[in-house]
Amino acid sequence: MTRAALAGIGTGLAAAPLGCFVVWRRMAYFGDATAHAAILGVALSLALSLPVVAGALVVALVMATVVTLISGRGYAMDTLLGVMAHSALAFGLVGVTFIDGVRIDLMAYLFGDILAVSRADLAVIWGGAVLVLGLIGWRWSALLTATLNADLARAAGIDPRREQLVLTLALAVVVAMAIKVVGVLLITALLIIPAATVRPFATTPERMGVLAAIVGMASAWIGLRASFALDTPTGPTIVCVAAVLFSLSTVPSTLRPSS
Amino acid sequence: MPRDTVTAPLITARDLTVRFGDTTVLHDVDLQVNAGEIVTLVGPNGSGKSTLIAAILGGVRPSRGRVERAARLRIGYVPQRLVLDPTLPMTVARFLSLPRRASAARVPAALAQAGVPDIAGRQMADLSGGQFQRALLARAILEEPQLLILDEATAGLDQPGAAAFYRRIEDVRRETGCGVLMVSHDLHVVMSASDRVICLNGHVCCEGTPEVVANAPDYRRLFGEGTRGALALYRHHHDHTHFHDHAAGHAHHHGHDHDHSKDAPH
Repeated sequence: MTRAALAGIGTGLAAAPLGCFVVWRRMAYFGDATAHAAILGVALSLALSLPVVAGALVVALVMATVVTLISGRGYAMDTLLGVMAHSALAFGLVGVTFIDGVRIDLMAYLFGDILAVSRADLAVIWGGAVLVLGLIGWRWSALLTATLNADLARAAGIDPRREQLVLTLALAVVVAMAIKVVGVLLITALLIIPAATVRPFATTPERMGVLAAIVGMASAWIGLRASFALDTPTGPTIVCVAAVLFSLSTVPSTLRPSS
Repeated sequence: MPRDTVTAPLITARDLTVRFGDTTVLHDVDLQVNAGEIVTLVGPNGSGKSTLIAAILGGVRPSRGRVERAARLRIGYVPQRLVLDPTLPMTVARFLSLPRRASAARVPAALAQAGVPDIAGRQMADLSGGQFQRALLARAILEEPQLLILDEATAGLDQPGAAAFYRRIEDVRRETGCGVLMVSHDLHVVMSASDRVICLNGHVCCEGTPEVVANAPDYRRLFGEGTRGALALYRHHHDHTHFHDHAAGHAHHHGHDHDHSKDAPH
């Protein structure tokens, strides 16, 4: 239980601030594509007897890089990502069935299995969280400038492509570390929902990042408790809690008389 | 007055050619901007003005030729427009500290210099078009630029607003000694504020002082005869604004018919 809680909190802490950039840059579908590709990585890892995290990380990274490179070549970005995300998922699901011997629990990778988190998993999750937070903190100003306007960044000596690469890398790390917690299908929710929830209460990007991290951690903690009490699957319950918090966050602006 | 005594040009483009696929957008463009001078790019839509700016900033790779920058050149850039995603909260004060943190004392100073002293606490999304462009200018000033680049920075402003904006640019140039490279559609207003005008249409078709360019056959073929009178008119305004510094609106000068070009400073 403690391990599960630590795993959930670590994931929420790292995913939410990164999720702010995903929201600001309209990369939600990009997150989906990267996350779905990870199931292909899981299949490859099992086939090659490698750690699942390693395979997921590598394939997520390849996917994110490929999407970045081929974007803007004839197809609209959402079409391209729609093709990539679902093909990767489908190939991953088909690929897993070719693996002999082990009867693997696919559900654990699709929706997470936070209660089965081992000490090693925990080390990976918190290592990943520190890495992602460090990366975003280090590049924060440059990332923000590049998010606002590519030419504005270039004039200040910032290479927007390098900042895009930083985000791509961070996204792949979050995907790899979050598989155990919420599974590949729900990772994007942990990125986007906390960021969207705190938007009405933030006046600066920094405040939004911090608030999102708090909401992300709270969702994980409350979701874990709720899934215990209600005997429901933990990953989806965490996302349900985040969704409820999001709904609540929209109440103040709905109640305010529109002028 | 120039803070740094830079004698070499700030930027030099030589033989610059840019192709997108099979389309040649720019060819054989030579351009130079020196410290303390205001250079304006004019040209019809699709003449490659914005592409030239992008090439200078490094966002577009030239297929031939090159752009040289002075060593450690600080560029302040004011884009044509900046679309802020509604999900991104941003106060004006925070925006002014991107990408380098500006000290609390310098933020109000830069806003005052840009002509919008009281907006530091507002959200960028709540600003009017004119305030937004001035916030962009304030941010560029905070970079202490040696070269200020403006890409149609007055798009969306009305003519008095644009005229006031260009007067701010001249003030900034006078106070800091920076070079200015700007692109504009507001031919009359902007040409009167320039030391040198470069008329672009895929290549440099003419170049020189505003008077020279306005009388050049290439320029008149592109923009028509009508702009000549307007230029004289606005130069007239311009000479006057130096002495009176009106906020906006010089319609009362329209009736004057004097020829100021002979005593114009250029």
